[in-house]
Amino acid sequence: MPSFVPYLVHTLFPPTVRLPDILLIDFGLICAGIGVIVLLTKTRRWGWLWNDWLTTVDHKKIAILYLIAALVMLMRGGIDALMLRAQLALPTTHFMPASQYDEVFTTHGTIMVFFMGMPFIFALFNAVVPLMIGARDVAFPRLNAMSYWLFAFGAILFNISFVIGGSPNAGWTAYPPYTGLAFNPGPGENYYFLALIIAGMGTTMTGINFLVTTLKMRAPGMSLMKMPMFVWSTMVTSALILFAFPPLTVALAMSLFDRLFGSHFFTLARGGMPMMYVNLFWLFGHPEVYILIIPLFGVFSEVVATFSKKMLFGYPVMVASIVAIMFLAYGTWVHHFFTMGAGPAVNAFFGLSTMLIAIPTGVKIFNWIFTMWGGRIQTTTAMLYQMAFIPVFMVGGATGILLAVVPADYQLHNSYFLVAHFHNVLIGGTLFGLLSGLYYWWPKMFGMKLNETQGKWAFWLFLIGFWVTFLPQYLLGLKGMTRRMYTYPLGFGWHDLNVISTFGAFIMGAAFVVLVYNIVWSLLYGERDLTGDPWDGRTLEWSLPSPVPEYNFPRIPVVHDRDAWWAMKQKGQSLADLRPEDVHDVEMPKNSPIPFLLGASFFVLGFGMTFAWWPIAIIGFVGIILCLLFSGFDYNDHHHLKADAIRQTEATLGRLQG
Amino acid sequence: MSLPSVDEHAQKLPLEFADEHESLKITGFWMFLVTDVLIFASLFSTYAVFHNSVAAGPTADQLFKMGPVLLETLLLLTSSFTIGLGIYAMRKGQVRALMAWTFLTILLGAGFVTTEIHDFVSFAALHATWHTSAFLSAFDILVGTHGAHVTFGIFWAVTLLFQLKKHGITERTARKIYTFSLYWHFLDIVWVFIFTFVYLNGKLG
Repeated sequence: MPSFVPYLVHTLFPPTVRLPDILLIDFGLICAGIGVIVLLTKTRRWGWLWNDWLTTVDHKKIAILYLIAALVMLMRGGIDALMLRAQLALPTTHFMPASQYDEVFTTHGTIMVFFMGMPFIFALFNAVVPLMIGARDVAFPRLNAMSYWLFAFGAILFNISFVIGGSPNAGWTAYPPYTGLAFNPGPGENYYFLALIIAGMGTTMTGINFLVTTLKMRAPGMSLMKMPMFVWSTMVTSALILFAFPPLTVALAMSLFDRLFGSHFFTLARGGMPMMYVNLFWLFGHPEVYILIIPLFGVFSEVVATFSKKMLFGYPVMVASIVAIMFLAYGTWVHHFFTMGAGPAVNAFFGLSTMLIAIPTGVKIFNWIFTMWGGRIQTTTAMLYQMAFIPVFMVGGATGILLAVVPADYQLHNSYFLVAHFHNVLIGGTLFGLLSGLYYWWPKMFGMKLNETQGKWAFWLFLIGFWVTFLPQYLLGLKGMTRRMYTYPLGFGWHDLNVISTFGAFIMGAAFVVLVYNIVWSLLYGERDLTGDPWDGRTLEWSLPSPVPEYNFPRIPVVHDRDAWWAMKQKGQSLADLRPEDVHDVEMPKNSPIPFLLGASFFVLGFGMTFAWWPIAIIGFVGIILCLLFSGFDYNDHHHLKADAIRQTEATLGRLQG
Repeated sequence: MSLPSVDEHAQKLPLEFADEHESLKITGFWMFLVTDVLIFASLFSTYAVFHNSVAAGPTADQLFKMGPVLLETLLLLTSSFTIGLGIYAMRKGQVRALMAWTFLTILLGAGFVTTEIHDFVSFAALHATWHTSAFLSAFDILVGTHGAHVTFGIFWAVTLLFQLKKHGITERTARKIYTFSLYWHFLDIVWVFIFTFVYLNGKLG
């Protein structure tokens, strides 16, 4: 037994996590944790936390949970990025040792894609999609909460790797054979595979949920071609998730089996083949980049129409182009590894299919511009992000076309040109879109506006910081600097450009600080939204008060036109003229502790498997079984919201006649 | 807003589709099956890539015995028929017949899993495990994932029997049995592909 303690200490805290900065973070986390516990106990908020948030199945609250997680992860991923840039600006000093640099670029990429981008997108889905289609909730509210908690506990599992046992260090793509046990002992990669499998299950469920929601739960009269563009993008994204995540799950599970159970899928011995992993991963990975951008195409389409005071230009073509992108997304995965050696015919096919995607994307760019053409443009923060997105995304798209040219790709792949390209589309497209949506829908989610002046400061810092960071990286790529190197000799002419790039990264860091200040300031002093329609919006979510009551719509609206709320306003109609006899009892889902407990059980299972501590894993497994059993036998999952209660709420909001 | 035509329409629908929430869950279950199809598609393609990567281990032809595989096929295909009869009984409102057919389905499924485990143990005795080669890794994970699905289905069906005993045939239990039958037929179809592409192809190809 005494020998067990040093073993435990050595396993949980190997030399890499005994670096001074990590010990400092450990200390900070413990202090913060104790602080939160003390605060909750002193203000007697445990019941509030459990009843209102941890067990909730309300899509509007789940949206806020996703948003908090996404912003925290944006901070962590951003700090990772600043650490990487600091190291590259000072290549001769050892700001970080090589091993830590590897861990930091791995967690930066993984967190930004899986634990920042995805939850931020799901925050927007949850916040507005049911409101836009005139529904009272998503199709499966309890499943929605399970999705959240699987994501959240997956994210926690991934993040604790930094302080317990060591982080993964094989890049966000985790290519074998480097992820194999022979080259990469220790728990780091186990954390990666397990966290992504758990969070991926949650994502798959979200895909199912929103596909059924948008297909089956639309208000009467809302045909497919009358859906708001954001709902279209939700539907297409959900379909992409449905088809993209299973291959990822299989690839991750096989890698995990190679590590934990000694199988030979991707090993170098006994017939294993690492390139099989790469194929499966990108069969997921390419659709994933569209999962990360199509929802934001939807956001931009809503924002541009609202703030140009015009109907979206070329709606049917917009729909056709995202559907086309959805199908084309599955025919391009080999362009991530042209150098595999599949031969000129295969490479030419995938090069051409990649270029083909530029056509529907270009159509969308033109349509956004034509929507603004002749409109009365209001330069709100949300609209500024939209207008900045167009040129930034065009540069990102054009460099993508350059990379799709196979001979050029042989030169450029794995260089900083590639790094600059995908940050160009992921920041210029995804992040700008997320922030645009955040400023646009914030009043609906929280009942007050984000301060516009502060928002514009954050916007300009983000935009300038972005260009200063990534333009030099294109040049670095052309000068031959490859990605994932932590140091370089000073004589290559790379140093000046790296210093400029690092300077830009810190400008973006400042932008994030302003963003956080903006959020905190606005929560305290922001302008309350009393009308429910602060932007003079076009879609149904703006017909409701902010924040929206639990049941969303006291009476389900009937839709006749594409921009349903705008058309109602034009005809002088309102949803605030409710007659008492229009209100009926509403069946609402009950809160449930099962989603939270299921997520926690998966966490225990994942943690046990990471260290191959089977008793702990079995405890988690039993927890999962119990949750499923309880869920199966629980027939009491709905409650009736009485018509009187709804009438009372609506009367307080001044929306009831008489 | 109660439209009489909607109620009339609902009455013509089978019980499991009659309630709006339950009907949505059937749609959702089809979507889940889509993801499961893709899981198996990924596993099949991995098997297709690795089926000749036998390293120093046995080949498919040396390893596979058709006797147990034919028995497994017979058991699983019959169980798909019995759960179909169960749904037929459910539509007629015969709860005892439904429970009997479900119970028979469980027994046949258990027979399938037992035979499969016996087969795998006999492979292990020949040192043909996933430590041996990429071929066996791919074979084990493909057939094993299917077997794990059948095993999960057996336990699921047992819990459904308890629910039927307690609640009888309601909109909710009918929906649950119906989705279980979809799941079970799906596993049957996957097995047909495993039988053809893995076993027959391994023996004759």
